[in-house]
Amino acid sequence: MALSVDDLRVYYRTLKGDVRAVDGVTFDIADGEIMGLAGESGCGKSSLGNSLVYLTGRMRLVGGRVELDGRELPVADFRAMNEHRFRDISVIPQYAMSALNPTRRIGGIIGDLLRSRGYRMDEIKSELIRRLELVGLDRGVLDLFPIELSGGMKQRTVMVISTLLDPSLLIADEITSALDVSTQKAVAKMLVEFREREFVKSMIVITHDISILVQVADTIMVMYAGHLAEKASAQTIIESPRHPYTKLLISSLPEVGVRYTERKLVGIPGIPPQLLDPPKGCRFADRCPLARAQCREECPPFVQVAEGHQVACWQEAA
Amino acid sequence: MSLVEFDNCCKIYKVGAFGSKRLTAVRDVSFDIGAGEVVSLIGESGSGKSTIGRMILRLSPVTSGQIRFKGTDVAPLKGDALKEYYRHAQAVFQDPFSSYNPIYRADRVFKLVKDAYFRGVPRDEWQRKLETSLEAVSLDPSQVLHKFPHQLSGGQLQRLLVARALLLDIEFLVADEIISMLDASTRIDVLNLLGDLKARGLGILFITHDLSLGNYISDRTVILRKGVIVEMGATEKVFGDPQHPYTQMLLASVPHLHHRWEDTEASWQAGDDAVEVDSHESTLVTLEPDHIVRREAA
Repeated sequence: MALSVDDLRVYYRTLKGDVRAVDGVTFDIADGEIMGLAGESGCGKSSLGNSLVYLTGRMRLVGGRVELDGRELPVADFRAMNEHRFRDISVIPQYAMSALNPTRRIGGIIGDLLRSRGYRMDEIKSELIRRLELVGLDRGVLDLFPIELSGGMKQRTVMVISTLLDPSLLIADEITSALDVSTQKAVAKMLVEFREREFVKSMIVITHDISILVQVADTIMVMYAGHLAEKASAQTIIESPRHPYTKLLISSLPEVGVRYTERKLVGIPGIPPQLLDPPKGCRFADRCPLARAQCREECPPFVQVAEGHQVACWQEAA
Repeated sequence: MSLVEFDNCCKIYKVGAFGSKRLTAVRDVSFDIGAGEVVSLIGESGSGKSTIGRMILRLSPVTSGQIRFKGTDVAPLKGDALKEYYRHAQAVFQDPFSSYNPIYRADRVFKLVKDAYFRGVPRDEWQRKLETSLEAVSLDPSQVLHKFPHQLSGGQLQRLLVARALLLDIEFLVADEIISMLDASTRIDVLNLLGDLKARGLGILFITHDLSLGNYISDRTVILRKGVIVEMGATEKVFGDPQHPYTQMLLASVPHLHHRWEDTEASWQAGDDAVEVDSHESTLVTLEPDHIVRREAA
């Protein structure tokens, strides 16, 4: 098991109280698994990804345990995490465009990063150039400033940098969202390629775009308002979802070939609850067509309903 | 007669120090939009799609060519004539959160319309008019009026902007990426709203980079690349039988829900360079009624 997360709770401190962005999340990722993490904005998917690597000042680990390759990951301890960041667990940030220091050449940035982890640039340089070529960049980029690269080139550069030390887990946060469809396809395919070539062992791909996940992910986990809703293989999530939220979400997605005049799609009425003071029952209950009294009172457990298929819904738990 | 006609529109931006360089954002674009028709303008970033939307609204002047609204050139409109034009042509833009002034309540946008266009209208009549237009965008007045922008969801804010446009006697709406910032569960309802407006006889220019959205809502499609139209026509023809290599490449790159991309080698060249840049010699060729493709001149 590459990653095992048990009852993770990460809250944001605000003047009004804690915002429960990640509220009791339990899941595992197998070796070599690419897990897609999907959800609406504000559902806690980026908070979950970030909390595994870097807790920002306002984030607070309230409870839970994270294990990577059998060793506990000290996510709450900023300094102790330095040992693991980049080497064991690495991230491609949401805005790769702004992740690069604009005053340094690409080669300089990489050199600094390697030195901070006790490596020398010249031992890794040949591998670095090989990987840059794999993503279609030549060694010349090392002498360029970030401003001289296009958005797609920066994205590819950051992908290569993030995976340079062959981390065990890679977190890719919305990396395709700002790209054009053709570049998006190339970046998404490269993620899979990186796994095939064992640059990374397993991956969490965070995006709001489920159709991208179908292309790259083995399993998809759906989050709603800080809770897990459903986790299953990508195919199962699309073809036979069990959670009402997943069902409604999938049926509201337009696809090439679906026309307004022929088949009118409908969205999900209502908006997600405030996480500052979330409802005590199922967080989807207010928008759920199947909600019963029990749903508003008690939070449904995240249980296995079939092999490799977990759902948090009272309809399924019963 | 079409509602809006673009006639060989060009837009050249001056860029660089003191405008020393020229950048052709839009080159020789001609198409038209009829009443009760949704035309989607699809292109990747930098294709000039937003520039076209801005030009028709007079937010940016055309360098050459003409844009006509009901047969009248919009470029020379001034003063009252321009104000009258905006009574009929309105727009909703991408980011609902920055379209509002966060200091004021969201319904101030309605008051601004009243002050500019409906000064003499009595209060209760205005209130009725307002409620009718909120109803048209399926919003509950008690839930959205007197709220600040941060208290409303992105979908509600976008719908308020459409409701604002409906207060005027609009005949033409520019919808520039109006749902790309919205969540999947709410975006489809805003998209359906465009379908309702179409049924009311509005002409809509739907600008998007997302092919599946364009395919879902529009009657006709214009594919734009680097400021040039590469293919246009009835949506089912452009999507069903794409002729230009660029359109074919775009369609092949769209991620589908029910099947994966065909196993082609991931190639960085697949995007931009694989398809030849259309030279000045290329022309638009009509293949069949309502299906036009750019081809190299023989």
